Amino acid sequence: MTSARSAARWHWKNPSVIPGFGLTLGFTLAYLTLIILIPLAALAWRSASLGWSDFLRLVLDPRTLAALRISFSTALIAAVVNVVFGVVAAWVLVRYNFPGRRIVDAVVDLPFAIPTAVAGIALTAIYAPNGMIGSLLAPLGIKVAYSPLGIVVALIAIGLPFVVRTVQPVMQEISQEVEEAAASLGASRFQTIFRVILPGLTPAILTGFSLALARGIGEYGSVIFIAGNIPFVSEIAPLLIVIRLEEFDYGAATVIATVMLIISFLMLFLINFIQAWSRRRFGYEQ
Amino acid sequence: MEIRVEKIRKEFDLYPALHDVSLKIESGELIALLGPSGSGKTTLLRLIAGLEQPTQGRIFFGNEDASYRSVQERNVGFVFQHYALFRHMSVLDNVAFGLKVRPKGQRPPKAEIRRRALELLEMVQLNGLEKRFPSQLSGGQRQRVALARAMAIEPKVLLLDEPFGALDAKVRKELRRWLRDFHDRTGHTTVFVTHDQEEALELADRVVVMSQGKIEQVGSSDDVYDRPNSPFVFSFIGESASLPVKVEGGVVHFHGAPTGLTAQRDGEARLFFRPQDVSLIEEGPGMTGPVTSSRRLAGTRIAEIELGSPEKPCHVEVEVPLEASASNGSILSFRPTRWKLFY
Repeated sequence: MTSARSAARWHWKNPSVIPGFGLTLGFTLAYLTLIILIPLAALAWRSASLGWSDFLRLVLDPRTLAALRISFSTALIAAVVNVVFGVVAAWVLVRYNFPGRRIVDAVVDLPFAIPTAVAGIALTAIYAPNGMIGSLLAPLGIKVAYSPLGIVVALIAIGLPFVVRTVQPVMQEISQEVEEAAASLGASRFQTIFRVILPGLTPAILTGFSLALARGIGEYGSVIFIAGNIPFVSEIAPLLIVIRLEEFDYGAATVIATVMLIISFLMLFLINFIQAWSRRRFGYEQ
Repeated sequence: MEIRVEKIRKEFDLYPALHDVSLKIESGELIALLGPSGSGKTTLLRLIAGLEQPTQGRIFFGNEDASYRSVQERNVGFVFQHYALFRHMSVLDNVAFGLKVRPKGQRPPKAEIRRRALELLEMVQLNGLEKRFPSQLSGGQRQRVALARAMAIEPKVLLLDEPFGALDAKVRKELRRWLRDFHDRTGHTTVFVTHDQEEALELADRVVVMSQGKIEQVGSSDDVYDRPNSPFVFSFIGESASLPVKVEGGVVHFHGAPTGLTAQRDGEARLFFRPQDVSLIEEGPGMTGPVTSSRRLAGTRIAEIELGSPEKPCHVEVEVPLEASASNGSILSFRPTRWKLFY
């Protein structure tokens, strides 16, 4: 109990033989202030200067609300899909040895490397009604490109590496012995996965989920090519911001940005909270 | 539960890890599999547990052929070297796991599971720690949780893979005694793997000495120490010295000279003896050579003596009385009092 209690107490700084706590903390704060806090503060300041009634009018504009709904819902769906398939991909890469494993491992990182616009154009070419896959889906009445479904597809492609790369190292750490222990205690394969392996991965999966989600909410380059950008149907909030800027409606642009910022911040805060809870719950910290 | 291993062969990628091993383990016995790394001892344990499938051969639990039963069906308690605890579960949940995953019909009610888990924790002397997580326990405590968890499924046999390997010397000694007590109280058939001969000799009813995928000798501590049946067992268990000798006319000769030892069969052989089983002699046949180094070991002195020709010297270590002069370069003669020849 003593260890648990002393860990719960908050420390101003952890004693360390390496000096430089003041310097590194000061640098970090200055850095974050310059590149993140000041721009965001300017954004908040700008939208605050509009006044409440204008602010509400712009937020409640149906087109804005539709764009926000599309942005957040598609990002959420894509992040959930990525969690499922990202964990499967990480599992395959960690647990099995097969020819070409290293190549597959490298392919996972490609979305990080290629310009998002290129990814968007490539996906559009494939999923358009006359494209390779789109032409197969069109007779079934499934329209991918130029619809919200297309946005989800683009966000899945962009977000996958976040999940794989956060889950993979943790999965590597879970030893085969733990699985064998579960089996020797009579647990079926199914019980071993859902009661032993996945709970152990929860904090990593949550991190991957929040990274993929955050990336999906902010994604612009790939989406605008595949979405078709039909207002109220497949127009995402970042695009609407650009449209408002092009109309010199800076007020509306900052309002949309501010609302996105608030919602994103609240979501990430909530995920971080769940994560901290699960880490404690699952005994990663003493 | 009696266990019979019959002509088990196990190959990994065509490399044989076990060659036709047979072993009978009596019900209620505490048995050690002892050998250097790569001797196949862990493979044998994992085959008994069902964590590996044999390439050939059969394993019987009692009269049932268990060779191809899955690990889930075998109902064995397995304790891993690195504990393999579920770190996202409390100590209590770890111990209760084996009961919680039982199919609905066989699963005891919740309160009963909790009662039994707490009872097991008391048995391994960890009462009061049930709410902790594995990361909040010491190594010795974790290993006892692992043992309680394995016992929860009421296994027919208990299998331990280097159970004390990751612990420090003092805790290891304590747990060793504690495991012996535990075994005597519960009476489970227990098999444990170790590379520590002291541990095997002290703890086990019988020791199985293994080398290169084969069983070299099975016997009590006294058997394997005093009556080793192969050069490997003689040199692996305890300290020993060995010399190439020739038996001629019933007399053992070393380097052309009689040693004063006699044997039944003529021919080339290797002579084995332990450092403490020699006596220094003033005259008569024996082995003679200069002392090359000596060191004090608790109540005795160990002298290293160079024998044979200077071109092909053989070094042996013998125990000498403290009062004997064994400075470097002084000449000593000795004769083994207990020894064994392997032809």
